[in-house]
Amino acid sequence: MLKLEGVSVKYGSFSAINSVDIEVEEGELVVLLGSNGAGKSTTFKAISGLEKPGEGDILFQGDSIRKKSPDRIVKAGIVQCAEGRELFSRMTVFENLIMGAYVHRKKKALVKKSLRNVYELFPILEEKKNQDAGSLSGGQQQMLAIGRALMTSPKLLMLDEPSIGLAPLVVEQMFEVIEHINKEGTTVLLAEQNANAALKIADRGYVFESGSVVVKGASSELFTNDAVRKAYIGA
Amino acid sequence: MGPLQKKHLIITGLIILAGIFPFINQNDYWLHILTLSFIWMIAVYGLNLLAGYTGYLSLAHAGFFAIGAYSLGLLTVKAGINYWAALVLSCVITSVIGFLIGLISLRTREHFFAIYTLCVGYVIYLVIDKWDSLTGGVRGLIGIPAPSNIGPLSFESTLSQYYLVLFFLLATIFVMYRIVHSLSGRTFIAIRNSEELAGTIGISTMKNKLVVFVLSTFFAGLAGALYASFIRFIGPDIGYTTVIFDLLTYLLVGGIGTLAGPVVGTMLIVSVSQSLQFLQDYRMLIFGPLLTLIIIFYPRGIVGFFSDWYRKRQSTKLQSQKKKQVKSNMDDEDLHEDRVKEG
Repeated sequence: MLKLEGVSVKYGSFSAINSVDIEVEEGELVVLLGSNGAGKSTTFKAISGLEKPGEGDILFQGDSIRKKSPDRIVKAGIVQCAEGRELFSRMTVFENLIMGAYVHRKKKALVKKSLRNVYELFPILEEKKNQDAGSLSGGQQQMLAIGRALMTSPKLLMLDEPSIGLAPLVVEQMFEVIEHINKEGTTVLLAEQNANAALKIADRGYVFESGSVVVKGASSELFTNDAVRKAYIGA
Repeated sequence: MGPLQKKHLIITGLIILAGIFPFINQNDYWLHILTLSFIWMIAVYGLNLLAGYTGYLSLAHAGFFAIGAYSLGLLTVKAGINYWAALVLSCVITSVIGFLIGLISLRTREHFFAIYTLCVGYVIYLVIDKWDSLTGGVRGLIGIPAPSNIGPLSFESTLSQYYLVLFFLLATIFVMYRIVHSLSGRTFIAIRNSEELAGTIGISTMKNKLVVFVLSTFFAGLAGALYASFIRFIGPDIGYTTVIFDLLTYLLVGGIGTLAGPVVGTMLIVSVSQSLQFLQDYRMLIFGPLLTLIIIFYPRGIVGFFSDWYRKRQSTKLQSQKKKQVKSNMDDEDLHEDRVKEG
C-alpha cells in the first residue's frame, strides 16, 4: 500500500534520514522505533508531503506521491497525527473535529457518519464537545488529535508518538484504541519510543538509528532481538 | 436575557445611533470626520481578515487603498465612466493586482512577508508618484465626481455621503461576520494557528491564503474608491507607508483578530487625535507610549481585553452556580433523611 524507496531528506547540509526503505501492506499495523532525532518524524513528514525528499520515491497504492502537496496527499487517504497533540486550542472540540473533515466538507452525510464513529470511539469527546480544546487534559487532547485525524476517513493513519507525556494507564488505553482502529480496517503506521507497548500491538517494525533503518522484521522477531531489547525495552 | 440577545441589542443600538447621529449633531465637520473614519474602518476590516484571522501581516494595504482610489479617480475623470461602474471596476482592478502580488508575496512568511509587502507598498507609492502622465504625479488628481444619482437619490451633500459610506461599512461588517463564522473563517484561523498542522489535515494553505489576500485587497480597494469620491481630490501620499501604520494602529488598539476591533480602534484613535488637534505632531508623543502599553498588556486590544474579562466572569458565575446547586442538593438529602426518620 505504502512504499518508500531510498528516501533521503536533508535540512541544509544535515541529512535527517538516509535512503530509507519502508513498506506497509494494507491492513497492517507497522511501528517505527527509535530514540529522539532518529528520523521517525522526518519520515512521517516526507510521507505527508511537509518535507520534500531530496532522493528516492514514495508510492501510495502504486502512484508516486513524492511531488504532491500535503492537502492532495490527505485527499489521497494518508493522514498524519502530529507529535505533541497539536490542536486548534481556541476552537471547541466539535470545531476541531469538523476541521478534520475539511477534505470532505461537501459530503455532509459522510462527515456526520465519521463524527458518530469518533464519538463512539471516544465518548468523552462528545461529552466535552462544546469546550475549548485547550481546556482538555493531556490524554483527552491526544484522543481529540486522533479523532480529528480519523475525520478524514483515512486509508493510512500515521501516529507520531501518541503516548508521549501521558500517564501509564492512559497510554494503555491509547494503544487499545489504536489496535481497535487497525482492526476496523485502517492501516496504521506508528512511531514510538515505547517499544514494549508498541510491539505488542504491531505486526511488523522498523528500528531507526541516526536517520537509517538498522533493523526490521516481524514484532516477535524484534521482541527477541537482543540489540533492540537492550536499546528500547530495557530488560 | 441571554448574552446573545444582549449582544444583538447593543449592535442594533449602535446602528440606530449611527443612523440618527446627523440629527443629534448637526455639525458638518463632525459628520465629515465620522464619514472618513467609516472609510478607514472598511480598510481596517480588510487588513484584519488577513493579519488578524490568517496571521499574515501585510504592510502593502495603503498601496491597495491608493490603487482603489486612483482607479476610481482615473476611470471617472479621465475615462468618463459612470460612477457606479467605476466603483465596481476599481474593486476588481485592486483585487486582480492583489491576486498577482499575493501569488508572489505569500511564498514568504512571518516577518519576511511583512518586509516584502512593505516594499510592495512603497513600490506602488513610487509608481503613483512618478507616473506623471497617468496619475498627475505629486499634483494629484482633481475634480473626482461625487457618486452619481440612483433614481431620486442624490449623493452631493455630506449627509447623503455619510449614509452611503455607512451602508458600505455595515455591508462590510456583515460580510466579515459571515466569513469569520463559516468553515472558511475557521480554515483561516487554522492557518494562523499552525500552517503545518492545517496542511496535515488537508487544507490547501496556498489557495486559502490567496483567497484571503484577494478578499482583503478588495476591501482596501473599496475603501480607497469611497475615499476618492468623498474627498474629491487624491494625491500620492494616500499610498504612503505612514497610512498603513495608521491603519495598523487602529487595528492593534481596537483588537487584532476580533470582529469589533476595527470599529472600536478607529473610533477611539480618530476621536482622541481630533481632540488633541492643538498639539499638532506632538500628539505622537502621547500615541507612541499608549500603543506600546496596550500591546504589552492587552495584545488583543481593547476588544480582546473585554471579551477575556467577560469570559472569566461567566466562568466564575457558572462555578458559583454549580456550588450552590451542590449545596441545595445536599440540603434536600438532609430533608429526605429527616422525613425517613420521622416515618
